[in-house]
Amino acid sequence: MNIDLSEAQRHARLEFRDFAAQLVAPYADEHDRRQEMPMTIIKEMVARGYQGAPIPSEFGGGGMDALTWGLLCEEIGGASASLLSILTVHAMVAQALCKWGTDDQRRHWLPRLAAGEVLGAFALTEPNIGSDAGNVESTAVLDGGQWRLNADKRWISFGQAATLFLVFAKVEGKAAAFLVERGCQGLSTEPITGMLGFRSAMMADVHLKDCCIPVENLLGRIGFGFSHVAGAALDQGRYCIAWGCLGLAQAGLTASLDYASTRRQFGVFLKDHALIQELVADMITQTGAARMLCYRAAILRQQGDPSMIMEGTIAKYFTSRVAIKLAADAVQIHGANGCSDRYPVSRYLRDAKLMELIEGSSQMQQIMIANNGFNEHRMNARLKGGNGSVKK
Amino acid sequence: MNIDEVTLKTSDFVGQHVNTAEIDGDVDIFATGMVNSLFAMQLVLFVEKEFGAVVENEDLDLENFKSINALCNFVSRKLGLAAR
Repeated sequence: MNIDLSEAQRHARLEFRDFAAQLVAPYADEHDRRQEMPMTIIKEMVARGYQGAPIPSEFGGGGMDALTWGLLCEEIGGASASLLSILTVHAMVAQALCKWGTDDQRRHWLPRLAAGEVLGAFALTEPNIGSDAGNVESTAVLDGGQWRLNADKRWISFGQAATLFLVFAKVEGKAAAFLVERGCQGLSTEPITGMLGFRSAMMADVHLKDCCIPVENLLGRIGFGFSHVAGAALDQGRYCIAWGCLGLAQAGLTASLDYASTRRQFGVFLKDHALIQELVADMITQTGAARMLCYRAAILRQQGDPSMIMEGTIAKYFTSRVAIKLAADAVQIHGANGCSDRYPVSRYLRDAKLMELIEGSSQMQQIMIANNGFNEHRMNARLKGGNGSVKK
Repeated sequence: MNIDEVTLKTSDFVGQHVNTAEIDGDVDIFATGMVNSLFAMQLVLFVEKEFGAVVENEDLDLENFKSINALCNFVSRKLGLAAR
């Protein structure tokens, strides 16, 4: 696996790192305390082309390659997991449109998403429906040449400020996806505060009460809303979150290296205590392993290989585990300081916990990874035995 | 590329992802719960990468994806291959 960055990718990473270090990280704790994300940061990301980065250039986006996009998610994730989640949900809506939009839908929405004229949010989860996302209780019916939606969506990242929601609902029992603009009569949002992590992700409950939208705002076909439309969006989401977790892990490691290099106990720096070295050694190793999985997912994604979906799942599962382990170790190394808001590592730990839940909980990823492993094992055994796989 | 190659490659790919030892070419792999929720998009990517056919909005019809034989017919139509 060739993981050398091109000159352009190295240059882009420096630019992302500079943006994150200058304009995001210094303010992330304050935004976390205030539980809000200033629109000035979103506008700056739009101006730099970050919001539209993965959208094809023919639609006004950056047409960014998968690896460079991953590097952007890593740097943003290391500075502010909340901001990463805002970037992610926008990319998820764009991805669903790129893949399953009609020509008219793509031409209408993608340039607006790329330019930040509309900001996307992904509205799947409901009060009664989390992992069992194929069974949403929201409904849509055709009524007088329009879709009439009734939905209650919960934990919607950027729900407080997004202007275009990708909403999932059932049509006569079949899953479907709809594009709903904020101005739609009957749509209201209710800010969610007091979260453990992602406190500045502008999370909201989103309510649609007899919300009528044009028939052309159906995205994909009825019956394919979860499997294909949400499937495409969630694949993008897992990829972004995997890289964001890598950034979060790297941030915890860097903070720990800084702290252990300057803090003295028993007359020597923490870094000279063997048990601190043990923690740091594991942090370095796990971050490196997480990085390799992210690079592998990027390469497969660039190739459009079908295995990119499972490898993205594996990367998300592993990096989210690494992120929370490293954040907990970083807090441990910082001692009581790490439990306070004087250092960012306590925020890293709170945000890392949510990383294990969003875009599919770790338990859902484990089920899919294990089942895939058993399927591959059975296929390999079958090939060794020379048996055909299909009865014609 | 001919229809036999399409059938062989499709059978192999689906065979790698179903949770059963053998699969009939006409069995509905979605209705029978043989595949997980990730498989739908994996199948789309497989068709696009392996056969160079872009799967688009108007192709979203269960009749195109529900079984190995349905998928082979769909790919053959996309590629303009002669039916068996």
